[in-house]
Amino acid sequence: MDYLNAITALLNYVVIPAASYGSQLAFGALGVTIIYGILRFSNFAGGETMAWGAMFTLLFTGLFQSLGISIKPLPTAILALPLSIIVTVSLILITDRTVYRFYRKKKIDTSILVIVSFGVAMIMNGITRIMVGPSSRNFFDGERFFIKARDFKNSTGLAEGLSLKVSQGITIISAIIFVSLLFWFLYKTKTGKSMRAYSDNEDLALLSGINPEKVVSIAWIIATSLLVIGGTLYGLDKGFKPYVYYMLLLPSFAAAILGGLGNPLGAIAGGFVIAFSEITITYAFKKVFVYLLPENLEPTGLVQLISTDYKFVVSYSILILVLLFRPTGIFKGKSVV
Amino acid sequence: MRKNAFMFLIMFTLIAIVGVFQSWTVAFMIINMCIISSIMSLGVNIQWGYAGLFNIGIMGFVAIGGLAPVIIATPPVFEAWEAGGLRVLIALIFGIFTFFFATFTWKKLKNSNLRPPAITLILVCGFFIYRYIFDPAVEAIEKFNPTVDGNLGGLGLPILLSWPVGGLFAAAAAWLVGRVSLGLRSDYLAIATLGVSEIIIFIMKNEDWIARGVKNVIGLPRPVPYEIDLQQSADFIYWSQTIGINVVDASSLFVKGCYTILFLIVLFIIYWLCEKALKSPWGRMMRAIRDNEVAAEAMGKNVTSRHLQVFVLGSAVCGIAGAMLVTLDSQLTPTSYHPLRFTFLIWVMVIVGGSGNNLGSILGGFIIWFFWIEVETIGHFVMDVLTSGFSENNSFRIHMLNSAAYMRYLTLGLILILVLRFNPKGLIPEK
Repeated sequence: MDYLNAITALLNYVVIPAASYGSQLAFGALGVTIIYGILRFSNFAGGETMAWGAMFTLLFTGLFQSLGISIKPLPTAILALPLSIIVTVSLILITDRTVYRFYRKKKIDTSILVIVSFGVAMIMNGITRIMVGPSSRNFFDGERFFIKARDFKNSTGLAEGLSLKVSQGITIISAIIFVSLLFWFLYKTKTGKSMRAYSDNEDLALLSGINPEKVVSIAWIIATSLLVIGGTLYGLDKGFKPYVYYMLLLPSFAAAILGGLGNPLGAIAGGFVIAFSEITITYAFKKVFVYLLPENLEPTGLVQLISTDYKFVVSYSILILVLLFRPTGIFKGKSVV
Repeated sequence: MRKNAFMFLIMFTLIAIVGVFQSWTVAFMIINMCIISSIMSLGVNIQWGYAGLFNIGIMGFVAIGGLAPVIIATPPVFEAWEAGGLRVLIALIFGIFTFFFATFTWKKLKNSNLRPPAITLILVCGFFIYRYIFDPAVEAIEKFNPTVDGNLGGLGLPILLSWPVGGLFAAAAAWLVGRVSLGLRSDYLAIATLGVSEIIIFIMKNEDWIARGVKNVIGLPRPVPYEIDLQQSADFIYWSQTIGINVVDASSLFVKGCYTILFLIVLFIIYWLCEKALKSPWGRMMRAIRDNEVAAEAMGKNVTSRHLQVFVLGSAVCGIAGAMLVTLDSQLTPTSYHPLRFTFLIWVMVIVGGSGNNLGSILGGFIIWFFWIEVETIGHFVMDVLTSGFSENNSFRIHMLNSAAYMRYLTLGLILILVLRFNPKGLIPEK
C-alpha cells in the first residue's frame, strides 16, 4: 500500500506536471529548431510568437464567450485556437516578407539576423502589452479536472490523491497529435521531404529545383503554428502573462540545443529531459520517502536538492553544460562550434 | 568631424528643451543616466565592434557590478559574521575545491572508463557536503535582524572604491564565462551568455546572505553631499540666494550636478583608454581577427585568448557602469534587472550609434536613453491626438492612453530594425 502511495505521489507531483510542461517546451523547441534548420539563425522572437498566439486565442475566446458559443465540457480556447493560428501565421509571414527577406537575399552574417530578431521581439512584446496590458489573465473555462484528487482517493482507498487537470490532459494529447502530424508531413509528403533536403544541404536542394522562398514560407507556417499551440497550452495551464513567454524561450532553446539543433525528434526529447530535470531536481521528496522508508529512517528535512526558486537555473545550467560537452546535442544536430 | 559635433549639439539641445519645458532636475537625471548608458555601450562596443563577440548577457555583468557598492560601502554586520560568516566562506572554498578536483580528475582520467562514475561521485558527494556546511550557516545569517540586515554586510569603505571593484567583479565573471563558452559559434555564445546572465540574476535574487536578495539594500552611502545637509548649510543658502534659485531646487540640482561631474570623469577616462587601445597595434590586431579569423590565426595570433581578453575588458566596463548605476540610485534592487532594459536596449545603443566607433557608442547611449525616457511623454501625446475623436471616457481611448507606457519597446524595436535596414553602419560609422 505504501508503495502505491509513493508512486501516486510521484505521479501526481512529478510525472504529470513534468509531462505537460515537457510537451509545452517541446512545442517551443520545435518552433525554434525548424526555423534554425531552414533559415539558419536562432529566432529570439519565438517567445513573443508564443505570447501572440496565446493572446489571440484569449481574444477569440472572449469573442466566442460573448457570442455564447462553447464546447463544454472542453475549454472554448480549443475552438479559438485555429483562428489564432491563422492570424498569427499571417502576421509572421508579413514580418518575414518585410523584415527578414531583405537580409536573406543579402546573405548577411547570422549575428545580424539574431539582432534583427531581437528588434522583432521588442516590437511584438510592445504590441502584446498595448493590446492586452501587462496583467495576468485566465482564459480557461469548462470542466477543470479529468480526475479529481478526492474522487481518486475515494475510489482507490489510497491516502495520496491523484489529479489530472483538463489543461494537462489536453496538452499531452495535443502534443501526441501534432507531433505525429509533423513527422508525417516531414517524412511522407513531397514538400516535407524537400524541406528536409533544404535543411541538410542548401546548395544541393537548390540544384534539384527546390524553390527556397516556398521552403522558407512553409517553415515559418509550421514553426509559428507549433509556437502558437505551445503558447496557448501554456497559457491554458498556467494563465496568460505577457512577460512569462520570454522566460519560456530559454528553456526552449535549451531543449532544442540539447536535442541537436535542426533535429525535430531531438527537440521533443530535449523538451522532456529539461522538464523532468527541472521538476525532479526542485521537488521535495520527503513525502515519497516517508511512504517508502521504515519510520526510524524517515527524513527530517525536505529532501530537496535545490530550492524551487532555482527552477529556471536548472535548464540554463543544462544548456551551458550541453554547449560545453556536446555541442551537437544528444541526437546529432547541426554543429554549434 | 563637423557632422559628429552637430549631432552631439542636437542631442544637448534636446536635453535643454526638456530642462526648459519639464524641469532641470529631470534634464540632469536624463544626463546622468545617458552617461551610464554610454559607458555600458562602450563596453559592448569593445566586444562587438572591436572583436565581433556577440554577448547578450550584458544584464548579468551590469548586475554583478552593482553588487560591488553593497559589498564595499555598507557597514559589516558583525553578529551575522559571528553567526555563520566563517562557515559560509569554508563552504564556498570547499565548493571551489570540489570543482577543481573534478576538473583535475577529468583531465587525469582521459582515456579511462572510470571517468564518468568518478566525476559523478566527486560532484554528488561534493554537493551534499557543501550543502551540509553551507545551509545552517546561511540560515543563521539570514535569521539575524532580517528586517534590516539578514546578510553579511560589506566592508564599510568609501563607495567610490566600488566602481573599479564592480569592474573587477564583472571581469572575474566574464573570465569564467569566457573560458568555457568562447570558441562556440557566434549565436551560441550569445545563448550561453544569455543563460549565464539569467543565472547571475537568480543567484542575486535568492542568496539573501550576500545582498539581501529581493528584500533589496536601500540607503547606500553617497559620494556626494545630501540635499538635506545642503539646505541647512548657511553657505549654501547664501549661494543659492545670490544666484536666485530656491534652496530646495538648488540643492537637488547641485547633487545631480556632482554626480554628473563624477560620471563625466569616468566616461572620459574610459573613452580615452578605448581610443588608445583601438588605435594601438592591439586594436588593429583585434579588428584583423574580427574580419578574418582564419588569416589572423595563420599569422600566429592566438584567437581564443585574444577573444577572452577583449570579452573580459568589455564586461569590466559594463560592471563599472553597473556599480555607478547602483551608486546613483543608492539602492540595489535585483528585481529591476530586466533583459529588455539592460541587454537589448544597450544593443540598440551600439547599433544606432555605429558599431566599432567609440564616439558612436557614446552618442547612441545618449540618444537611445533620451528616447527611452521621453517616448512615454511623446507616446501619451500621440495617443491623445490619435484618439481625440472619441469622448473623454470612451473605454478604447482610456485603454490606448494607458498603453502609452508600452510604446517604449515598440518604438525602440522599430528604431533598431530601421537602422539595421537603412543605415547598418550607424550614425557615426567605423573609420
